[in-house]
Amino acid sequence: MAVKIMIPTPLRAYVEKKDSVELQAGTVGEALAALTSQFSELRKHLYADDGRLRSFVNVYLNDEDIRYLQKDKTQVNDGDTISIVPSIAGGATR
Amino acid sequence: MLRIREQVASRIRDHGVETYPNECCGALLGSEKDGRRDVVDILALKNQRDDSPRNRFSITPEDVRDAEAAAQRSGLELLGWYHSHPDAPARPSEFDREHAWPWYSYVIVSVQSREPKDMNSWRLADDRESYSAEAIETVSPGGDA
Repeated sequence: MAVKIMIPTPLRAYVEKKDSVELQAGTVGEALAALTSQFSELRKHLYADDGRLRSFVNVYLNDEDIRYLQKDKTQVNDGDTISIVPSIAGGATR
Repeated sequence: MLRIREQVASRIRDHGVETYPNECCGALLGSEKDGRRDVVDILALKNQRDDSPRNRFSITPEDVRDAEAAAQRSGLELLGWYHSHPDAPARPSEFDREHAWPWYSYVIVSVQSREPKDMNSWRLADDRESYSAEAIETVSPGGDA
């Protein structure tokens, strides 16, 4: 399936300054794997060392959070749009 | 270089005082040209960390999307984020580093006993290992910001 992944501004430096990338995939997980395979420098900003999506990285399929679908096994259809949206977190050390 | 209008810098400090002893948070809106960033407005947001608001803050992805939309409506960019460190220095913690992306400017204001103190800006390195300080210049109204 041909899907479009929207790239948030902070990560465009790692995808040749594109604001979106189109690729072929069957699931959201495959789409993200293909994206980070094509643009390897992107991977560490999306995934932790254990291979899981970083806790503050949220992925949406057509505006639905994949955590409430089938997560990375969520199937995609032709023309679907995947968005990567951070939640912002932090705080003082104490 | 991060240039912040004096009035906007004051609003960040005021927000930190208002939420003390809890952390405040919000979005930095402005423009970037030739490596120079100008923050012309902020969007104060709600710290969603009810469990540990004195040393943690959280902005939901929904609020992030709303902030991006607000920036676009104003013809501005979402340049980064600010938060306060109540009774702690204005430098990023390990927890901050683990939850950051490069490119964004992360402004931290230290609030000591309800008094705003240092305000610094930080950018995460590409390798995620460290932050570098981003010089802040506050400009008064009528300046060329």
